[in-house]
Amino acid sequence: MAEPLEPKRAPEAGASRTLKMMSRATYIQEALLKNLFLTCAIAAVAGVALIFFFVGFRGWPVIEDPGLAAFLFGSEWSSTLGKFGIGPLVTGTLVVTIGALVFGAPLAIGTAIFLSEIATPTVRGIVRPAVELLAGVPSVVFGFFGLVIVRPFVAELTGSMGFGPLTASLILAVMIVPTIATLTEDALRSVPPGIREASYAMGATTWQTIYKVLVPAAKIGIFDAIILGMGRAIGETMAVVMVAGNAPQFFEGLGAPIATITSQIVIDMSYASGTHRTALFGLAIILFIISMGLVAIVRALSRLNAKRS
Amino acid sequence: MNPSPPVSHLSTEPLTGNPRFSVRGLEFFYGDFHALTGITIDVRENSVTAFIGPSGCGKSTFLRCLNRMNDLIPGTRLEGTITLDGADIYGSGVDPVDLRRRVGMIFQQPNPFPMSIYDNVAFGPRLHGVTKKAELDEIVEKALVRANVWKEVKDIMGRGGLTLSGGQQQRLCIARVLAVQPDVLLMDEPCSAIDPTSVQKVEDLMAELKNSVTIIIVTHNMQQAARVSDETAFFLQEKQGEAAELIEFGRTAEIFTSPRDRRTEDYITGRFG
Repeated sequence: MAEPLEPKRAPEAGASRTLKMMSRATYIQEALLKNLFLTCAIAAVAGVALIFFFVGFRGWPVIEDPGLAAFLFGSEWSSTLGKFGIGPLVTGTLVVTIGALVFGAPLAIGTAIFLSEIATPTVRGIVRPAVELLAGVPSVVFGFFGLVIVRPFVAELTGSMGFGPLTASLILAVMIVPTIATLTEDALRSVPPGIREASYAMGATTWQTIYKVLVPAAKIGIFDAIILGMGRAIGETMAVVMVAGNAPQFFEGLGAPIATITSQIVIDMSYASGTHRTALFGLAIILFIISMGLVAIVRALSRLNAKRS
Repeated sequence: MNPSPPVSHLSTEPLTGNPRFSVRGLEFFYGDFHALTGITIDVRENSVTAFIGPSGCGKSTFLRCLNRMNDLIPGTRLEGTITLDGADIYGSGVDPVDLRRRVGMIFQQPNPFPMSIYDNVAFGPRLHGVTKKAELDEIVEKALVRANVWKEVKDIMGRGGLTLSGGQQQRLCIARVLAVQPDVLLMDEPCSAIDPTSVQKVEDLMAELKNSVTIIIVTHNMQQAARVSDETAFFLQEKQGEAAELIEFGRTAEIFTSPRDRRTEDYITGRFG
């Protein structure tokens, strides 16, 4: 039956009855799909690259007019006076972001600890979707809520109109809760269960287990969560525009109007021209750099995390 | 070092120790599943008691009843009584946290905390209020010596516990438990995930520790049970889905040489399990 093998002679094409040839249709389908997915990936990268180059190209001239030093370190932003110093805007962003973290991070981390360590499955089944739903609320709705509900309280508390960093921080705090809470919960849940058991078996209470073992074990993940929440707070625009008061001035009080990088861009963009417009693109570059910095921190942290475990 | 020689160890002289744990008519349930039934046993102080039996026979479940670790699993229920030195550990008002300090536990997978070797061992003492550095240093060293791992780690105390080998991690975990001076040490298959050299070291330290600590070990390895234990309890779940029972309990020497129950004999001669 079996013929002796002849090493130099290939079997005749079509001789095999058991192995089918790949059909032309299959070949084309495979090739098409491969290229389709490749195109998707390229489009995503190209999108980022295009935005970066466009913004960079339009914003670049700030180096000449108003000049890099005047732009970066200027303390006044006034289109009518032709002064485009980003100082007040950067500090405005800084103030509301720090405020958002001060209120939001403890709230979110507490929520995460509750969900991961304390809540029964039933309670968790209610609270967790509610927290996630918070992430799906449009920011304009948050802004409206801030304007109508939170602002009057702040107004009474500070004796002002209530437009300013405190209202903006409170609203942003609620907005970053889902980001920080879900990521922190993931971090806590990814702590090996044996460690939790060991702690209880050592005679630690639930509270001691949480703050002496679980939170330290998950600290890189929690830090990660806070950075990403921070990124969300820095980039948020609509809700801030609605409650911050939008005056590009340095921090003067919890109830005194301020502006942030993003709120200033959205307010000025519709009418700005010339140097003013260039300066707005310059602001976008600054925002870009901050975001990339935060992403870089997160990536460095997760590398550190991977190396440890 | 004073490991008891295997021959004299297999004597049939009556044991003198008082019962540390007394279990009477224990029934245990995971929700609707009846896991253990009719367990009655006395575990003597300053001895090593081995729990043996095929997988799924409830020996680990029973072990976890003894320090109330099962409390952490929702839906578990227990009937009957377990007393530690005469006090009902499931009595009303008993603090499981304090119980677990007195009844330490070692798990199958070594589970050091992701912190330094020193902090791992100092964890328990700090939890219970020891703050002085000198005092902590002394406790930590003593615990590591007793756990037979001091020589290997004394120069790297600041390094992470997770950087050690599996066998060293397990002994670090033993040191961590010993640092709170427990009366009882529960060991749930402590040697099944570690290297043979470390197994030897763990068995050696058990022989030394039993002078001061009551040890209960769950093991799949019958040679190990025969080597290290004074008394052996054989558990068996006769049919899938039925509650497991304590089939036979007695001196290790007797269990392994002249078991009274046919099922014990079948198991230790390797006919099943």
